[in-house]
Amino acid sequence: MTDANTNDVRQFHPRARAAIDNPQIRQNFRRAMDGLMDKRSTAFKDWDLEALRTLGANVRQNALAQLPELLEQLEARLIANGVTVHWALDGDEACRIVAGICKARNARTVIKGKSMVSEEMHLNHHLEQHGIEALESDLGEYIVQLAEETPSHIIMPAIHKNTGEISDLMHEKTGTDRSTDVEYLTASARQQLRAKFMAADVGVSGVNFAVAETGTLCLVENEGNGRMTTTVPPCHVAVTGIEKVVPTLQDMSALLALLTRSATGQHITTYVNMISGPRRPDELDGPEEVHLVLVDNGRSGIYQDDELIDTLRCIRCGACMNHCPVYTRVGGHAYGTTYPGPIGKILMPHLIGLDEGRHLPSASSLCGACGEVCPVRIPIPDLLVRLRQESVDGDHLHPAVVSGHGAKREWKESLAWQTWRLIHGHPAAYRLGTAMASRLRALQPSRLGAWTRYRTAPKLAGRTLHQQVRERRS
Amino acid sequence: MSSRDQILQRLRQRRGGPLPTPEQDFSPLQRPPWTLDEKLARFRAAMEPVHGEIHDCRDRDWVVELAALLEAREVTTLLVGNGPAPLATLSSSAAGLPELMVYDEPVDNWKTHLFSQVDAGLTTTRGGIAETGSLILWPGAEEPRLISLVPPVHIALLNASELYGTLAEAMAGQNWSSGMPTNALLISGPSKTADIEQTLAYGVHGPRELIVLVIS
Repeated sequence: MTDANTNDVRQFHPRARAAIDNPQIRQNFRRAMDGLMDKRSTAFKDWDLEALRTLGANVRQNALAQLPELLEQLEARLIANGVTVHWALDGDEACRIVAGICKARNARTVIKGKSMVSEEMHLNHHLEQHGIEALESDLGEYIVQLAEETPSHIIMPAIHKNTGEISDLMHEKTGTDRSTDVEYLTASARQQLRAKFMAADVGVSGVNFAVAETGTLCLVENEGNGRMTTTVPPCHVAVTGIEKVVPTLQDMSALLALLTRSATGQHITTYVNMISGPRRPDELDGPEEVHLVLVDNGRSGIYQDDELIDTLRCIRCGACMNHCPVYTRVGGHAYGTTYPGPIGKILMPHLIGLDEGRHLPSASSLCGACGEVCPVRIPIPDLLVRLRQESVDGDHLHPAVVSGHGAKREWKESLAWQTWRLIHGHPAAYRLGTAMASRLRALQPSRLGAWTRYRTAPKLAGRTLHQQVRERRS
Repeated sequence: MSSRDQILQRLRQRRGGPLPTPEQDFSPLQRPPWTLDEKLARFRAAMEPVHGEIHDCRDRDWVVELAALLEAREVTTLLVGNGPAPLATLSSSAAGLPELMVYDEPVDNWKTHLFSQVDAGLTTTRGGIAETGSLILWPGAEEPRLISLVPPVHIALLNASELYGTLAEAMAGQNWSSGMPTNALLISGPSKTADIEQTLAYGVHGPRELIVLVIS
């Protein structure tokens, strides 16, 4: 990938530093994440949450176990319903497909519902290069687009901004009067976007669940922009990762129950929009054409690995972000990736490699909160450890599902561990080494690089462990 | 080889071999069989906190209730579907309703008018879901999709007897898996957003108000 979004993934540390030093950003995230955590725990109060999470994990696991068959079934049903189905190996191919559909219709303007896959493939940028205007209609995405930024949270894209900042932005870019009244700002956006919905030639949306048995695309939202996008323009293009397919409507209902409660603590969103086909001849509205673009973009690679495949269970609720002590402090932009936070740290290395994404697996305290709240039981901490290991291991412990093995390997660290292994493998060397270390402890440096930047250095003991044990026994 | 075939081949020739298929136990989602009164109470308890307005009506006097609600909001045009059911009741009513606008031609011919001149839309429902306070809508030829989306006020008629406990019960009871319409919806309140600093605002793209007339 060559976009500005991912080019600076390596700059995680300076960006994290800058975010931590910015009290406004920290306050915006702290407040939002605290609120979302509270709402989630309230929403699950009357439920057997652990049993529900097991169901969620099993539903996703079963769907993945029959993924190729389900994709074929979905395709067959959708075609029977009158939907055109496209397949894309990567983001570039998916962009070309969407641009092709637009060109075939002489489309100049595209209105977009929220779609993280379209962010992943940098669709807006691609369409602009073809002279097609792509306008985001989810309020958060709209704000982020006005600011020429990227989303900082997968559910709440503009969570890094407060009302004052948004008011200034809207005033500057759209001429809306400055106001701290959220109702007023929302109404102003409504008015501007309604004109765009009416005029748009094509609507592009994401998909939350694709149901194979009926050929149904399910979109979950609160604003109604998703319904507008998929209903008003004469052509609707849905883009989705290939992993989003589930066998039955019943499966969808289980995941829906987990998704909205995990994401925002809602029992259900305002709209659950289930689309199974274009406007029929006797119908008076809805798009004449509906397309589905199934995007692989590295997913079939992850699918090969018995552990990493668990990342494909993700239903994109964002609960792992909301509960992450690192994300809450540095915010979504510090990561420099399409998907930030814990899920991004295990998902992005597949997409960009461990060379580019070298800092991602270690941007975690491994506290385990993400794994505990995940509604489909993705073992995020375990996968972080595995990716950390791969990023320093030159050997091919695992087949190279993720590129960039050993990208973080350093000769000094490697030498230190080899020496450690040597000493611990030979009793005589161990005794000599520990005896020397305890005698020469006065020479130990008080600064140990990054370790002592925020901590005092540990002191070597005056007597070795063996000596101390002998003394206690005697 | 096409992208489609390449993707499917990669998935089929998975290096790790076949994947396990664990048993699925849907019982954690089940709710006890609620009585109609319990369902109504739950529906209300779920819908009202998200600003859905609920009015209980008897079979014929829903039109009177409707007229009063519309008058209080100074609604001058009410958009309705072209199907026979609610339209007959509405047009024969002497309750003092605003001007009825029947959705009977393709949206393409009157998009601007629909977006700017219609104050309220009235739809029927295929029932509701008590647990989540949701309305089930299957828009179609008689009741197009945009009636429940574009006008600032959406009024929905819900037969109390068609209230289901959960989404799964509704899907099973109405046999959704045998085939879905071009568009099916669950609507649980008016349009809303919390995208500006987590502050709730209603009516961002869809209706500002959702009024449910529960008919028993």
